[in-house]
Amino acid sequence: MTTVPETTPTTESPLFGTQAQQSASDYLRGSLRRIRGGDIGSIPIIIGVIIIAVIFQATNSNFLTARNLVNLVVQMAGVTAIAYGVVYVLILGEIDLSISYVSGVCAVLMVLLLHPPPEWPKSIPAMPWFLAIGIALLVGLIIGFVQGKIITFFQLPSFVVTLAGFMVWSGVVLILSGGSGTTIIQDETVLGIANAFLPQALGWLAGAAFVAVVAYTQIAEMRTRQGKGLSTRPLSIILVQTVILAVIIAAAVWICNQDRGVPFVGVLLLIMLGILSYVASRTRFGRYVYAVGGNKEAARRAGISVERIRVIVFMMSSGMAAVGGIILASRLRSVATNTGGGDLLLNSIAAAVIGGTSLFGGRGKVSSALLGSVIIASVNNGMGLIPNVSAGARFVVTGLVLLLAVIVDALSRRSQQQSGIR
Amino acid sequence: METKPLLDLKGISKSFGAVQALTNVNFHANVGEVMALVGDNGAGKSTLIKGIAGIYPFDSGEIYFDGKQVALHSPRDAAALGIEVVYQDLALADNLDVVANMFLGRERTQSFWRMDEMSMEQASIETLQSLSVTSLKSVRQAVAGLSGGQRQAIAVAKAVMWNSRLVILDEPTAALGVAQTRQVLDLVKRLAQKGLAVVLISHNLYDIFEAADRVTVLRLGHNVAEYVVKETTQQEVVQAITAGKIERVPGMKEAEV
Repeated sequence: MTTVPETTPTTESPLFGTQAQQSASDYLRGSLRRIRGGDIGSIPIIIGVIIIAVIFQATNSNFLTARNLVNLVVQMAGVTAIAYGVVYVLILGEIDLSISYVSGVCAVLMVLLLHPPPEWPKSIPAMPWFLAIGIALLVGLIIGFVQGKIITFFQLPSFVVTLAGFMVWSGVVLILSGGSGTTIIQDETVLGIANAFLPQALGWLAGAAFVAVVAYTQIAEMRTRQGKGLSTRPLSIILVQTVILAVIIAAAVWICNQDRGVPFVGVLLLIMLGILSYVASRTRFGRYVYAVGGNKEAARRAGISVERIRVIVFMMSSGMAAVGGIILASRLRSVATNTGGGDLLLNSIAAAVIGGTSLFGGRGKVSSALLGSVIIASVNNGMGLIPNVSAGARFVVTGLVLLLAVIVDALSRRSQQQSGIR
Repeated sequence: METKPLLDLKGISKSFGAVQALTNVNFHANVGEVMALVGDNGAGKSTLIKGIAGIYPFDSGEIYFDGKQVALHSPRDAAALGIEVVYQDLALADNLDVVANMFLGRERTQSFWRMDEMSMEQASIETLQSLSVTSLKSVRQAVAGLSGGQRQAIAVAKAVMWNSRLVILDEPTAALGVAQTRQVLDLVKRLAQKGLAVVLISHNLYDIFEAADRVTVLRLGHNVAEYVVKETTQQEVVQAITAGKIERVPGMKEAEV
């Protein structure tokens, strides 16, 4: 291509050219401007967690003990795993109401495969844990595939199809577990998913590895970007952020080690978060999920197979529901006729939304599911520690927190629009 | 300035059932020139463009691209030749940033299914700079926060990036203010200067006299006239759009209709 004979523009912005080497103070000033403009990110959630912690600690000094914090991680794990999948569905601009009972179906199926009830034909042997878990996860994916295909082939709203799924799978839970009622899990490995803890040294090692990986990727990316003359965050900022992360992780490991150690399921949650965040933000597939959620027509014209993306996302949400169901079954050490029921569905969707994922599609992060789960689990856990608080009061408070989160999100979006960031 | 046509359509006809949308239409677009395509509503502009884009193939007529006869049966055929259309409704995803939009559907990847963000960002910046689009704060800004003119510039830059040779712009200034219209028209002229063939569809005669080198007038699916912009007047073009008689076409060789 030939270059255009053109008068050189004089108004070239520093961010847009090649000379984009900003200093630490420039960077901080830029961040401050964005926060003032309404791009507040996860600040409200962090403030919310602090407020919740202060209130509950004041009411009951057991809230901030090592034992309770470890319990909190174990309690929130199932909902968080399900909410990870919800985030993808919400980014797509859809909803999946079947997740709670899909998690129930998969959990019950896994337990029955481990411990076949007497009324099953003798030809079905008791399976080892890996086969039972593998089949349960596979069934989760298949359910998502079928629901996704129905939604895309008949062009139905996901709300209706997954509402039907909600009813169907609640029935299947009853049918599957009906004969045996409550089934106790005896398999040590499956019980270990939610009840095992890392030895102290391994906990430290895992924490150190996590910080090292994050720091390495950040610095490596900065180096390459610098080499190509693209704008980067200053090294000093990256170092400060790494130190803050290291302090937080070290504190978390230390607290856990005061009690039983770092819960295995906590590590599992972070690994899943890492993988799902990578898929959402770094891969083509993730980009297409955002594109379909933002402008379906634009995605189609760009040659993206919109239908395929939608089916895969519904498979992901059902698959993560299966993971969550298995974690919940492991924590409760049993499955029963009410597995997958109660407030599981609402908590999973609320976790994603409280964390800042938009219900209207195109906007959200996988990490929002984790942050939202922390809030919901803290409220539930903290209210449980206060004597004479009914389940009703718990629901009321959780509902108000959800409302507050959505209002904060709406306000921040409005001021972002006004200041022209989005 | 007589240049060879990159795209040359001869005797194009197209009907939708009983409706004859195009009758024996000739049209060409030259390298390094902006060809405006004008006509009242229902004149057949959209049908002609969609045929070139391969969306609704023509019923009859010959299509020459770069001197060779070609067939345009699908959007893929058009894209393979280097024909890109920038539609009126832009087809940008508001929630994605500028780079993501410019590469949407054609992302570069590297190991571990990872998108090569850096090379995409560089290529976007280079393309935008080569078009002298410099009013953006950052290419990592979400498209939703951009002005109409900036959005149009992104849509055009996206079309130009793929070694395209013919860019068709469907009413690019329809929703823009005065200053932004100016920017977009400058951009259109720069595309031609870069050696592309540009087709500009517009209702606005000001746009055409500002940016185009030639203008083809369609009326009721027929060729009415083709003018060199420098040698005609707005009155003459308006006359052709509203009342041009098919029998009295100046400069049309086979006026046998």
